[in-house]
Amino acid sequence: MSFFHDMEVNPFLLNGLLAGLLASFCCGMIGPYVITRRIVFLSGSIAHMAFGGIGAGIYLAASREGATREMVRQGALWGALIAAVLGALLICLIAQRARERLDTLIGALWAIGMSIGILLLKYTDGYYADAMSYLFGSIVYVPDQQINFMIVIALVILLTVLLMHKRILAVCIDEQQAQLQGIRVGVVNLILLILVAMVVVSLMQVVGLILVLALLTLPAATAGHHVTRMVPMMVIACLLCILLTTGPRIAVYGTRIGPEGATVLAAGAVYLLSLGLKNPIARLLGRVRGRWGRA
Amino acid sequence: MNSSPPPAIALDDVWFGYGPSPMSVPVLEAVTFSVEDRDFLGIIGPNGGGKTTLLKLCLGLLRPQRGRVSVLGLSPTRARRRVGYVPQHAQIDTSVPASVLDIVLMGRLGLSAWGAWYGSAHRAAALDALERVRAAELASRPLASLSGGQRQRVLIARALAADPKLLLLDEPTAGIDAHMEESLVDLLHELNRELTIVMVSHDVAFVSTHLKRVACLNRRAVVHRAEEIGADVISTMYHQPMRGIRHDSDCPLTDPGCHEGCRPAEIGESATGKGP
Repeated sequence: MSFFHDMEVNPFLLNGLLAGLLASFCCGMIGPYVITRRIVFLSGSIAHMAFGGIGAGIYLAASREGATREMVRQGALWGALIAAVLGALLICLIAQRARERLDTLIGALWAIGMSIGILLLKYTDGYYADAMSYLFGSIVYVPDQQINFMIVIALVILLTVLLMHKRILAVCIDEQQAQLQGIRVGVVNLILLILVAMVVVSLMQVVGLILVLALLTLPAATAGHHVTRMVPMMVIACLLCILLTTGPRIAVYGTRIGPEGATVLAAGAVYLLSLGLKNPIARLLGRVRGRWGRA
Repeated sequence: MNSSPPPAIALDDVWFGYGPSPMSVPVLEAVTFSVEDRDFLGIIGPNGGGKTTLLKLCLGLLRPQRGRVSVLGLSPTRARRRVGYVPQHAQIDTSVPASVLDIVLMGRLGLSAWGAWYGSAHRAAALDALERVRAAELASRPLASLSGGQRQRVLIARALAADPKLLLLDEPTAGIDAHMEESLVDLLHELNRELTIVMVSHDVAFVSTHLKRVACLNRRAVVHRAEEIGADVISTMYHQPMRGIRHDSDCPLTDPGCHEGCRPAEIGESATGKGP
């Protein structure tokens, strides 16, 4: 296959695969929380806040003297991370203090983040194409620094989940009971949103900010069709994400089909298929389990 | 010194109102009563009478605007670890990917350390709590596959998991069929030997037969021994709203719309021996 042949000569292709694996891990861990907590669109608005941060990062980095392309890339990455985390903070703060309808708030921040990004990019000559690669993803060219950045994000997510899974799950199940158990629900919510912000930033290279929601939620939701506990859901979501970020890309390599769009379409197809086949698969699993039980 | 345990709940001139100015629309007005150790108290009253508010005050989720609430001799927030709270089962989202054991383990969360999983001691305690409500066989089932009565048992097990001294239940019989309700009542009766139980209910039929004492709550609270509950007590409590809600003499009892209005009258009669 030409993909594997080219991988030997072009290290960026390998980086692309690595980026996919790291993003898969992050998505698989956080996605189940996102759908259980019903914060899919909140995550979407954080993604669009991140785009505002990309605009600001590129603008600030490019306006400095002697700015290199690499510096601008770094600026975009940090801008995205900072804006996404700030977005998470802002949502928590406004939702708790101002008692605004969450739905309205999500819409407002979604649009504001997007327009800040577009405005600032218009002011920055020569980087419009770069910005588009964040919106729609560009898995073909992934530099080493970005891989390091994603490794750090994946580690932070792993550590936080290992430390806090019980607490996050409790808040997902029953906020009031969690509070009675001495859990600070507001803090857990904030941490969850910050994790989402990190996943969004780590995913933007793989599928782009606009399609982040697909990888964050579809594999987790697909897993949720077939298992009824959080940890198996995470494991299946991780595996599905890995399949979805590698398979379609290798399949469309060398054709004119963009790998990012193909990834998301595949995720959507798998989700819809799983939704349709939920009952047959459940029966099949039940039969297999029954046979094992008797043996 | 007196060696008898402190009252499970002591309310002293408690006032509470939602809204901007605390005293403008009080939900609770000068509520004073106490619940002794091993009591089995039912709180009944019309909707909006302050039943749930009173529970929240006892849990420290709300603070009284005037007066004092103490639970097991402590402030409500400090007593939380020793209080089990059972919400209405309908309030729990059943689509959450969690097994019954996961739900019950939540009751141990306040006692457990950081980390992704509960230790074996916590799991043993959770299984033990499921055993106490006779639902051990449900441990690995997903919540969504349970009936209303089973869910209510699971929530009681969760409240029992941390070995509380006081159990607070919010409408435990709501949405549960009569047969299930009876076994639930037996269970509470059994638990009452070891701990104090306070339950909110608008199911007045429950009241006279199983409870030790009844607090009638409609902004103000009056506590009766369960045997004393008769038509006059109930109509005093419900007087205004009852006339207002009861719009139709042939409205069926099963109609939720007139449930509030019809139920107390019927029960009031049966409690005094005049009923069918």
